[in-house]
Amino acid sequence: MKPAKTGPRDGGAVRIGAASWRLRWRPAVVVAVGLVLVLFAGALSIAFGDFPLGLGQVVDVLLGGGARSQRFVVVDLRLPRALTAVFVGAALGLSGAIFQAIARNPLASPDILGVTWGAGVGAVTVITFAGSLGAVGGSLSTVGVPLASLAGGLLAGLLVYGLAWRRGIEGFRLVLVGIGVSAVTGNLTHYLLTVGDVTDAARAMVWITGSLNGRGWEHVVPVGLALAVLVPAALVGNRQLGALQFDDDTVRGLGVRLDGARTAMLLLAVVLAAVATAAAGPVAFVALASPQVALRLAGTATPPPLGSAVVGALLVVASDLVSRLAFGGIELPVGVVTAVLGAPYLMYLLVRSRREARV
Amino acid sequence: MVLRTGRLLLLLGLLAVVVLGSVALGAKDIPLTGVWHALTTPTGSEDDLVVRGLRVPRTALGVLAGVALGVGGALMQGHTRNPLADPGVLGVTQGAAFAVVLSIFTLGVTGLHGYIWFAFAGALVASVVVFLLGSSRTGPTPVTLALAGAAVSALMHGLVSALVLLDRQSLDAFRFWQVGGLAGRDLAVLWQVLPFVLVGLVLAAFNAGGLNALALGDEVARSLGQRVVLTRVVGVAAITLLVGGAVAACGPIGFVGLVVPHVARAMTGPDHRWLLPFSGVLGAVVLLVADVVGRVVARPGELEVGIVMALLGAPFFIALVRRRRLVRL
Repeated sequence: MKPAKTGPRDGGAVRIGAASWRLRWRPAVVVAVGLVLVLFAGALSIAFGDFPLGLGQVVDVLLGGGARSQRFVVVDLRLPRALTAVFVGAALGLSGAIFQAIARNPLASPDILGVTWGAGVGAVTVITFAGSLGAVGGSLSTVGVPLASLAGGLLAGLLVYGLAWRRGIEGFRLVLVGIGVSAVTGNLTHYLLTVGDVTDAARAMVWITGSLNGRGWEHVVPVGLALAVLVPAALVGNRQLGALQFDDDTVRGLGVRLDGARTAMLLLAVVLAAVATAAAGPVAFVALASPQVALRLAGTATPPPLGSAVVGALLVVASDLVSRLAFGGIELPVGVVTAVLGAPYLMYLLVRSRREARV
Repeated sequence: MVLRTGRLLLLLGLLAVVVLGSVALGAKDIPLTGVWHALTTPTGSEDDLVVRGLRVPRTALGVLAGVALGVGGALMQGHTRNPLADPGVLGVTQGAAFAVVLSIFTLGVTGLHGYIWFAFAGALVASVVVFLLGSSRTGPTPVTLALAGAAVSALMHGLVSALVLLDRQSLDAFRFWQVGGLAGRDLAVLWQVLPFVLVGLVLAAFNAGGLNALALGDEVARSLGQRVVLTRVVGVAAITLLVGGAVAACGPIGFVGLVVPHVARAMTGPDHRWLLPFSGVLGAVVLLVADVVGRVVARPGELEVGIVMALLGAPFFIALVRRRRLVRL
């Protein structure tokens, strides 16, 4: 007879005031290894380009050295792009982790809840009407795309939340309302694609696929600030999320104030997704896949927030690198690559968990 | 039982009214006497040509696609035990879309008759792959099936984006296919798709009883003597034929397969032997109404049915979600 399994190995507890976390070793290792990989991929991404640099040179420039031209290439061109990739990936991963934990459904990503499609309508409207239809012109048409997408994403998120509110929020109803809203916004986006001429449609298509081309510091700063504020908030809120995986009565029995916790976390997730989408477009699949990948790597019951953010960041940075390396002179939008890289990995996880089930 | 039979008859009556409306209304409204004239004693007048050449094929295709999407959606939600399941979630739509784009990109295929077989093959391959990926030793579970669908969808979507961005001509053709519509289809399209949809409906009828048992969970179903894997295989085959056929003929019309089963479930309860026929008839009614609305509101042009479907269906769906205690799966 086998001895009974011991419980999860705990590294101990971290306490800050009333809040405390149990530190499990496996999620922590996932985060640590992931961060190292993100740094490495980010450095590679900065090194690669028309003006190639060695990894040593990259580190040198980032520490304040290097020639003037090297500083320009690194600090003005490639660092903001790499940072946008890292931040957007982290924001989408974290956002997806929160949505999936609250809705208790792995399919509940910002895509399904209408946030990214709301952002899409905003951006594609500006692109279409700035183009052949000419109703939006000048600087409004360039600044307008991220602003319109942010507004569209937030609006769709709040609309979903408001419509799903009925003496409280229930995960099941939230997801269904989200599907309704994203169906409208998604179809409006497709319709707008048929309205303008094919040049506008191509520009809009690049945007709704998600692209990091030409991202500068003005894209980095908003996402970076949002992450700086919202990641700590998410970690504090995660204690409540852990409880939300049980059914509502159990949660009330545990003494968690349900709707307050859910509202705060949902709002946080919507803002993360909207800010990320405003910076790079709705990069496909990151918000859906990162939490699922992180969950399996970390062996937790619900998607680990930090792990999901790190996996998301790694996925986007690596995909951006691939999008620039893989196709010779042609650079595909990063969203194409996240889908084409991320999807098979999720498939592999599905097949592998099937094998494990056989043993 | 009597109540549900009565409701089904009522729904069929409603379908008849909507069919009449679909033949009579449009860019040019034709009085019912004119419709009657065109159907019984056509003389080649303008109205006769419009009715026989445009409106009747379009209406027939709308009924076919509506039935297929309604039943297909109900089957999907039953098999995945997931109220969110629709053709998009299980990868069927994106599989078809990828095959269409590939045919434009590599072979320069233009026009519906060219797309239709590619769309069908794409839908077929995608759903078989999703089924195989999502299956464990004991058959697919709802969660793995939905995840596999999302993975395949994302992959296909990525490849579609890549192709249409590399080739402007493909994008130009694809963006119009993508909104989904019934306009410009002739009877040949209907005949191409009809056999597949009919076989799909027969399989769906065989599937209803088994699906009821599966709703109790795979373990319980097995202990009741159900052949779980067989039921799943038949179900996926039916879904592929129904949804693949509809998407091939009309492009990806969202929302019918998602909304209709929920409304039908509110009328019938969870018994699939009732749910499937209700979903079929209701799907046809809803799709035709959306199509007619699209023709009437944007005269002399029209809005594609896929867009109207979302604009009309979503508020209704949201109201339903808010008002009722949804029948859970």
